[in-house]
Amino acid sequence: MVYNAGKYDVIVIGAGHAGCEAGIAAARMGAKTLMLTLNLDMIAFMPCNPSLGGPAKGIVVREIDALGGVMAKVIDKTYIQMRMLNTGKGPAVQALRAQADKPLYIREMKNILENEENITLRQGMVDELIIEDGVCKGVLTETKSAYYADTVIVTTGTFMRGKVLMGDLEYESGPNNQRVSIKLSEDLEKHGFELTRFKTGTPPRVNSHTIDYSKTEIQPGDEKPQGFSYETTEFILDQIPCWLTYTNETTHQVINDNLTLSAMYSGMKRGTGPRYCPSIEDKIVRFHDKPRHQVFLEPEGRETEEVYVQGLSTSLPESIQYDIVRSVPGLENAEIMRPGYAIEYDAVIPTQLWPTLESKAVSGLFTAGQINGTSGYEEAAAQGIMAGINAACKVFGKEPVILDRSQAYIGVLIDDLVTKGTKEPYRLLTSRAEYRLLLRHDNADIRLTELGHSLGLIREERYAKFVEKNRLIEQEKQRLKKITIKPNATIQEQMAEAKSTALKDAIKAYDLLKRPEITYATIEKMIGAEETLPTEVKEQVEIQVKYEGYIKKANEQVDRMLKMEDKKIPDNIDYDAISGIATEAKEKLKQVRPLSVGQASRIAGVNPADISILLIYIEHGKIAKVAN
Amino acid sequence: METDTITAISTPVGEGAIAIVRLSGPDAIRIANELFQGKDLEAVESHTIHYGKVMDPETNEIADEVMLSVMRAPKTFTREDIVEINCHGGMVAVNRVLDIILGKGARIAEPGEFTKRAFLNGRIDLSQAEAVMDLIRAKTDKAMSVALKQMDGRLSGLIQKYRQSLLETVAHVEVNIDYPEYDDVEEMSHEMMREKTKAVHAEIEELLSVAKQGKILREGLATAIIGRPNVGKSSLLNTLVQENKAIVTDIPGTTRDIIEEYVNVRGVPLRLVDTAGIRETEDIVEKIGVERSRQALMESDLVLFVLNYNDALTKEDLALFEVVRGLEFIVIINKTDLEQQLDLEQVKQLAGDHPVISTSLIQEEGIDELEAAIAGTFFSGDLDVGDMTYVSNVRHIQLLKQAKQALEDAMEALELGMPLDIVQIDVTRTWEFLGEIIGDTASDGLINQLFSQFCLGK
Repeated sequence: MVYNAGKYDVIVIGAGHAGCEAGIAAARMGAKTLMLTLNLDMIAFMPCNPSLGGPAKGIVVREIDALGGVMAKVIDKTYIQMRMLNTGKGPAVQALRAQADKPLYIREMKNILENEENITLRQGMVDELIIEDGVCKGVLTETKSAYYADTVIVTTGTFMRGKVLMGDLEYESGPNNQRVSIKLSEDLEKHGFELTRFKTGTPPRVNSHTIDYSKTEIQPGDEKPQGFSYETTEFILDQIPCWLTYTNETTHQVINDNLTLSAMYSGMKRGTGPRYCPSIEDKIVRFHDKPRHQVFLEPEGRETEEVYVQGLSTSLPESIQYDIVRSVPGLENAEIMRPGYAIEYDAVIPTQLWPTLESKAVSGLFTAGQINGTSGYEEAAAQGIMAGINAACKVFGKEPVILDRSQAYIGVLIDDLVTKGTKEPYRLLTSRAEYRLLLRHDNADIRLTELGHSLGLIREERYAKFVEKNRLIEQEKQRLKKITIKPNATIQEQMAEAKSTALKDAIKAYDLLKRPEITYATIEKMIGAEETLPTEVKEQVEIQVKYEGYIKKANEQVDRMLKMEDKKIPDNIDYDAISGIATEAKEKLKQVRPLSVGQASRIAGVNPADISILLIYIEHGKIAKVAN
Repeated sequence: METDTITAISTPVGEGAIAIVRLSGPDAIRIANELFQGKDLEAVESHTIHYGKVMDPETNEIADEVMLSVMRAPKTFTREDIVEINCHGGMVAVNRVLDIILGKGARIAEPGEFTKRAFLNGRIDLSQAEAVMDLIRAKTDKAMSVALKQMDGRLSGLIQKYRQSLLETVAHVEVNIDYPEYDDVEEMSHEMMREKTKAVHAEIEELLSVAKQGKILREGLATAIIGRPNVGKSSLLNTLVQENKAIVTDIPGTTRDIIEEYVNVRGVPLRLVDTAGIRETEDIVEKIGVERSRQALMESDLVLFVLNYNDALTKEDLALFEVVRGLEFIVIINKTDLEQQLDLEQVKQLAGDHPVISTSLIQEEGIDELEAAIAGTFFSGDLDVGDMTYVSNVRHIQLLKQAKQALEDAMEALELGMPLDIVQIDVTRTWEFLGEIIGDTASDGLINQLFSQFCLGK
């Protein structure tokens, strides 16, 4: 018997990394939010690697934090190791990466959800969406409870028609042997959603006591760990190292000898896997002349002995996995605790979504996370927070929030998904961003705090601090513009110390800071320190001054891009009625239904002439309206 | 609405005694004023025309004497400020003027862009919208097909080679960024980057310099007609001139005192150089001995070597064969209407791989074959300068220059010791500019390269 189980503003299906951010954002914006998950003990579970962040992804975590999300705070409270990557490179590509404590992460996140005023957290399996006249009204669970809501966010990850593969063993399952979601997938198809089949994989976990670490290289965390969240002030200093070892000829021989036993190489037609996260089989086949591959041993937490064997992702039979693992130095006696496996699952083709992550076909229905064809916890969380924000905006009749490609990696991610789609599980890379220099790790707060605050996701106290930080940055920049440094003996000595060429004439401190080898610290020595100035302000001043020319150039490009983003395409446009647009372009435009000419120009198969014609057609419409 | 200033030659190339270069946009008048020697154009009334000179900022010489009209917004075709510069017809002057304008910050107009702006600025009647769209489509398609035709496989091959080299470099930097722990490749160093950028920079510079800024299209293929007196050199010249619209340009203010004749043979523009001697009947062999003429011949891209069918080969003929050795030449056996005295086998032997064409210019025979041979030499890429002269499309040249500039920005950043991920921004831009030349603007190239070049996991 179906019973009415209540009415909410927002329902979130799933409580993984996307679901948690979606639920919290919606709730904190004031929406009465129901979160349904298959298993309350698996909230924000990390089914694959025990780490968060890294290039591009780490910046996303900071962006989520600047918008008022929770991922950054949870990892800051629970990490076992923190490293800043690319410290030898420019500021645009530096990024944090944390090794996570998986069980602790779950506990911390669950705790936040449980204590969030507007969230109702419940265990349950959603079988169907309640859709009437193209509008999503709620969900129906397997226990026949009907929950009603104005908006529904589906964040089911890899659970939809999930299938675990290992050698010739295959069974329907979510990751880590959790219950699989079958009916929801069928229901989406019934409502006209086009699904695709992706796959990903995970390596075996071994018991730490059975590893001989003396044969491996230590990979410690930073001496002075930093935090993802702009609000984190306390850092965990007691860190746990990772370890590095390598595959060898024996490993490769084992794999080559048994390749046909791999689920992925058995000749069966399978879902598309990601190139950036290849199985060890893939690596051996595609790069057969490489004598060895890196294997990182990453602890899964403080209170567990399980160690993740990064680099040995495989779908070979368990017995072969033993041979592979034990061929690696340090793992000769390793005991596998969980074998690796590949998992296939249904994903929604993301071009069926608006840039708000709302479905074009069904009003009020949003999808976010791995279901949209991405991979990675950070990519999922990023979509989650945006879906949560937009679902709440819809509930409250507010304007939707769409980040553009110059504002955030999150904007790049979502724009790529809904405009270009993806043929393999999508991962963010720094090279996907055109304006990488603007999308830095250090300035995520400057880019997004204002927005987070306007949405009600950033508390006043934090916002006030942010405003003050900006004021100090500006003030210090002005100060440096006014101070002249004269080339006396002490200064020239300091210049030599900084390995810079001697000054010929007097120079403004501001201009001297532009030299790549001159740091803010050097300038400070020359002109005296501003004692009260916080480190992050100094850091900002240094970056903003030093890369001013490049930042300006990037901003000019952004202005040009935004001009095209501002040219909106009316929703009721009839592409068939526009003569001159090439047939292929018409089909693409009809499918993607871009909101702006800018978005249209990024669709593969739409060329500049089509865009010119589209522009004229739109302007034509405007002029016609004015004339009328 | 649009913020940049566009320019183009708005009269058909190679036709008419006057060619017009048009500028439209907010900087049109400023740009024109910078290159114009005459009245202060910022101060003149709208819709007035002025006499003056266009100065070449590089040489400080006069590029052309012009009549220049200033039309201020909004009462103009595009409703933007427009300047029209009436140059002398022919390719040299007008292209030089266009080049100078581009150097001042205008950009080459896209096909139909003046009309598009006219429309977008509300100048054109609504009912014409459809027509404008058709026009853009047609012009774009045509421009694309022309551009493709102009682009020899070799040029696109070269561009692809440079792009691949840049792409591998960029991918290398990217892999260091996105996979900092990946140890299969050594960290890209400033030194490695310097080498890579230098190499490609040299190649692009070479391309631009040998192209001599689209030498062929702009200046024509330097062509000399040689042969003994009375073999039909003048007839050949007149035939080429009559068959093809000739533009006789007397470039004022230049130091050149010779009159150059331009003809367009099947799309290949020929500049018949040092033709002064052709009409004279002096002993050409003796003339060749004169250093200056010899020099002119050596500098020509193509030699049309005329023999008389009615005469046996003479010492002079043999001497001329010696002179053209190593040059690109076509042997023309003229006067086939008369009795054969020439040993054809011997001529063919002497000509080697070079085409031998029989004509009777008086009876207008063999002219098609001759024209085909001229065009053939050009398009087959046999010409010595032909390697590079395919970069004749103004847009291609502009893009090459932009690519070069971007690369120079990268090299400057390298010298300054900027981090490689910053340097890489300009290297990527170079790659994109080069991509525009061959019409490859797909942005997933880098990511594909990344995953095919490196075995990435973490």
